[in-house]
Amino acid sequence: MNSFFPRRYVIQGIFIAIALVLLLRLFYIQVIDKSYLLSAKDNVLRRIPIFPARGLILDRTGKVLVQNEPVYDLMVIPKEVKPFDTLEFCRLIGIDKVAFDKKFQKAIRYSRYTSSIFEKQLSAVTYAAFQEKLYEYPGFYVVNRSVRFYPDSIAAQFLGYIGEVSERDIEKSGGFYRKGDYIGKTGVEKSYEELLRGQRGVQQLMVDAFNRPKGHFADGRYDTIAVSGERLISSLDKNLQKFGEQLMVNKIGSIVAIEPSSGEILAFVSSPSYNPNLMVGRQRGKNYNKLNTDPLKPMFIRPIQAEYPPGSIFKVINALLGQQFGLIKPDTRFFCGGGYYYGGSRPMKCTHVHGSSDLARSIQVSCNTYYGNVYAAMIDRSGMRPVNGFKRWREGVAKFNIGSRLDIDLPHERKGLLPTDSLYTKRYRSDKWRSGYNISLSIGQGELGITPLQMANVAATVANRGFFYKPHLVKAIGEKKFIKPEYTKKNYVGVDEKHFEPVIQGMSMVVNQFPGTATYSAIHNIEICGKTGTVQNPHGDDHSVFFAFAPRNNPKIAIAVVVENGGHGSTWAAPIASLLIEKYLTDSTKRDKYYLERILKGNLLPRPKVAPKPAPVKKPDSTSNKQKPKPATTNKIAILRND
Amino acid sequence: MINQRSLFFNIDWIIIFIYVALCVIGWFNIHAAVYDPQNPSIVDLDTNYGKQLLFIVTALILGAVILLLDNKFFNAFSPIFYGVTLILLVVVLFVGRNVGGNQAWIPIGSFRLQPSEFAKFSTCLLLAKYLSSTNLKLQDFQTLLICGLILVIPTALIMLQPDTGSALTFTSLIFVLYREGLSGYTLVIGALFIALFVLTLLYSTWIVAGLLIAVAAVLIASNKKNRSFITTIAIGTVISIIFIFCVDFAYNSILQSHQRNRIDVILGKIHDPRGEGYNLNQSKIAIGSGGLWGKGYLQGTQTKYDFVPEQSTDFIFCTVGEEWGFAGSFVVIALYVTLLIRIINLAERQRSAFTRVYGYGVASILFFHFFINIGMTIGLVPVIGIPLPFISYGGSSLISFTILLFIFLKLDSNRMGVI
Repeated sequence: MNSFFPRRYVIQGIFIAIALVLLLRLFYIQVIDKSYLLSAKDNVLRRIPIFPARGLILDRTGKVLVQNEPVYDLMVIPKEVKPFDTLEFCRLIGIDKVAFDKKFQKAIRYSRYTSSIFEKQLSAVTYAAFQEKLYEYPGFYVVNRSVRFYPDSIAAQFLGYIGEVSERDIEKSGGFYRKGDYIGKTGVEKSYEELLRGQRGVQQLMVDAFNRPKGHFADGRYDTIAVSGERLISSLDKNLQKFGEQLMVNKIGSIVAIEPSSGEILAFVSSPSYNPNLMVGRQRGKNYNKLNTDPLKPMFIRPIQAEYPPGSIFKVINALLGQQFGLIKPDTRFFCGGGYYYGGSRPMKCTHVHGSSDLARSIQVSCNTYYGNVYAAMIDRSGMRPVNGFKRWREGVAKFNIGSRLDIDLPHERKGLLPTDSLYTKRYRSDKWRSGYNISLSIGQGELGITPLQMANVAATVANRGFFYKPHLVKAIGEKKFIKPEYTKKNYVGVDEKHFEPVIQGMSMVVNQFPGTATYSAIHNIEICGKTGTVQNPHGDDHSVFFAFAPRNNPKIAIAVVVENGGHGSTWAAPIASLLIEKYLTDSTKRDKYYLERILKGNLLPRPKVAPKPAPVKKPDSTSNKQKPKPATTNKIAILRND
Repeated sequence: MINQRSLFFNIDWIIIFIYVALCVIGWFNIHAAVYDPQNPSIVDLDTNYGKQLLFIVTALILGAVILLLDNKFFNAFSPIFYGVTLILLVVVLFVGRNVGGNQAWIPIGSFRLQPSEFAKFSTCLLLAKYLSSTNLKLQDFQTLLICGLILVIPTALIMLQPDTGSALTFTSLIFVLYREGLSGYTLVIGALFIALFVLTLLYSTWIVAGLLIAVAAVLIASNKKNRSFITTIAIGTVISIIFIFCVDFAYNSILQSHQRNRIDVILGKIHDPRGEGYNLNQSKIAIGSGGLWGKGYLQGTQTKYDFVPEQSTDFIFCTVGEEWGFAGSFVVIALYVTLLIRIINLAERQRSAFTRVYGYGVASILFFHFFINIGMTIGLVPVIGIPLPFISYGGSSLISFTILLFIFLKLDSNRMGVI
């Protein structure tokens, strides 16, 4: 004991004070601040998603169009990787050293401690070889997922494809999707995404600091299982679709076939097409770019996105409306002297001098003069001002769902073009114009844009004698075979049933009776009712168009075929439609060999520029199809031909 | 007098109890820290907790041996202990094994000797011997110089390893000097310098210097007439400013980058929970997630699944905090505080100045480890790699702390005797 004895209290005081500071701090982080508890949970809990199998897509008879195939994502945890033979590794998974380094650096940048995808979608074959050596590469492991596989490689535009979700998809879904999930990007995959995707399951795993699994949290009480996506029975007929795609090889255009009694789409061909399997797997990005820059635009969904003036098939609508307005009767005759004179000195020509025709014959021979007269009657002699006559006519056409979307269950449908009276009023700076100012509408030329789907729908409407069911791609959904109610509703087009018979008679004569425009496409035993069209193409050769239904009574199929740059409707479009009808109704093709081969071998693609052709080849306009034809002034129409 | 020969004669049982309690707590927490559910055996000499059991037994035997030794032994031999320690500290620089960047270990067979651990008690002993010699006044410059040398030589040698954590331990002996008569201002000035150090690192040198001058100006203005006061303030300000620039220089040029980073993490200047701040962040998560009552024995996910590095050695307190919660932490801290208060109470009841000084040395060193170690796990002080006495895993540290404490117990047991 000495004079400094009291200093013991200072020192003990300091000890106690420091201990109190420690306790206060401990009290704060342990009892008051709850964020550490959450962080500890974050550390140790891993929500491992269990990916559900995506729903299968079948054709109408139950054949598989899209199925799933297992692939393997190679994951890496950089911290656990030990030196190994990288060359052997690269060889096994099929990448080079540069790519390896890049990928590895990327993984390190993401995180040293947690796993990230090193290489996506190893195929089962690659995985099999790699799996045996996997133990040599600590830090790497494999998770399996499934990707789409298309056994027949058909119907690419119809089925669409899936891809990784974008940031926007994630945002829009309100957190349903996570980075790396797949989502339908186009086609049926997109429009039925919510049914096909299924329900993701989750496993709450506990992991240690090195992300090694340490078992299920709470013995798996909070785990959920994945629910597979619903199977989708599409309306497509696989055989018909396949045959249609074969027929359209090396041609640009579309085929749409509809079952008139249900609105179900039987075939949906967009040509040129691509192999949907290209949009799957590790080469997807490369393939996508290639397809996207292809001048023939295989990704363009022609049946719903390409708009064409319909050409002469439009005469069917004008014939129906003319009767409905009471301006013509089945026996109304007009005389054709080789053209229709609507003012000025030059006529809207016919290819032949048809003489006097009644309604049915006018369709059979596709007489322009007849329809010039019918159109003039509807506009100029309707008992009202021509502009009001036009309005009534336009309303009638619009009821056939022309100029508006059919709201088919595919994304990106275009509505086409049906001009309004104000277009002409503006153009002629007065509403005192008459039928002669837009006479080309009488024969389906001019300011009209109709998609192949709309054409097929008109054929189905005629087949049904006055109504249509909304065309759709899906026959039934899931186990319960659910059908949306809107698909069972009849949509009437405002033309009485009795007015159809003479038109159908004419359409039958087109195919089955000389001098019909498509007698080359007649089939023994099946009465096809159709109408050819030859669509004026200001950019190149005319487009070959044909729409039809068969058989005449109790029709089973309505079809529209467009072959760009195919010339006359009867040369390409009609035979293709005829072959498909036969295939669908009899499940066979009993034609001469050359008949089929001519079509299979026919090449109507735009010729390459080096071709020794005097005139430079036009751009593959066909693909652009936005083809707003230049406003047809009355003078220009003089060169129109009928077919 | 036969009784006095008895091993446990006059032993302070409170300290023994706390010592054993801390060792047992340590052992259970080491078990929890390295617990492997797949291999849940309690005693297995291949595991850390198995080895620790062996160390505890060894330490107890060693403690008993110390109690058996003659009292005069420690006083008489303290210069020799000190000398041997210094030799070992030099030797380790040449033949030592480098573990974790520190040249701190001398391998002897399968055992590894850590001379810096022994420097703690040998320095305390020599300091006690010197300060207990008669007619010394700590106010004398010569006395201060010798005390300073006793402390600085081992500190400098340990710095050469470089083991900053162990070296810093010796600063705690300032409490001993204070108790023995060093001016109370020393502590205040020490605290001020620490404050200045932190301020300098947090803000720019120039701002702190400006602040100092402003404070000095205010003080002088308020007390214009007192000349000596003005002189003191002026000198103090100049020294402080020099110090600030030294800090700046030392911080940027002398400290190693990982040390700089640890300080920056504590000061909140860098936020990097995945890199530099990883240890501290995970440590805080472990302790913070313990809540009031803890997750329960062997239930700590942070420690069980290896999120906290060094968790059985320097970060053992994480396991305590996570599995036993605030309640467990409180018990551990209370045990330490009781031990420290008890040691000082015992030291003050000695007749012998030697024992008293040594007792203060023991208390100071234990306090420093206790404060720095727990403080770093909860983010109050920078990460400094020193063990938590009696609890952290490790033979060298357990045995050296045991020697440190048991020498004091032995000296205390003989308080009635005359040296």
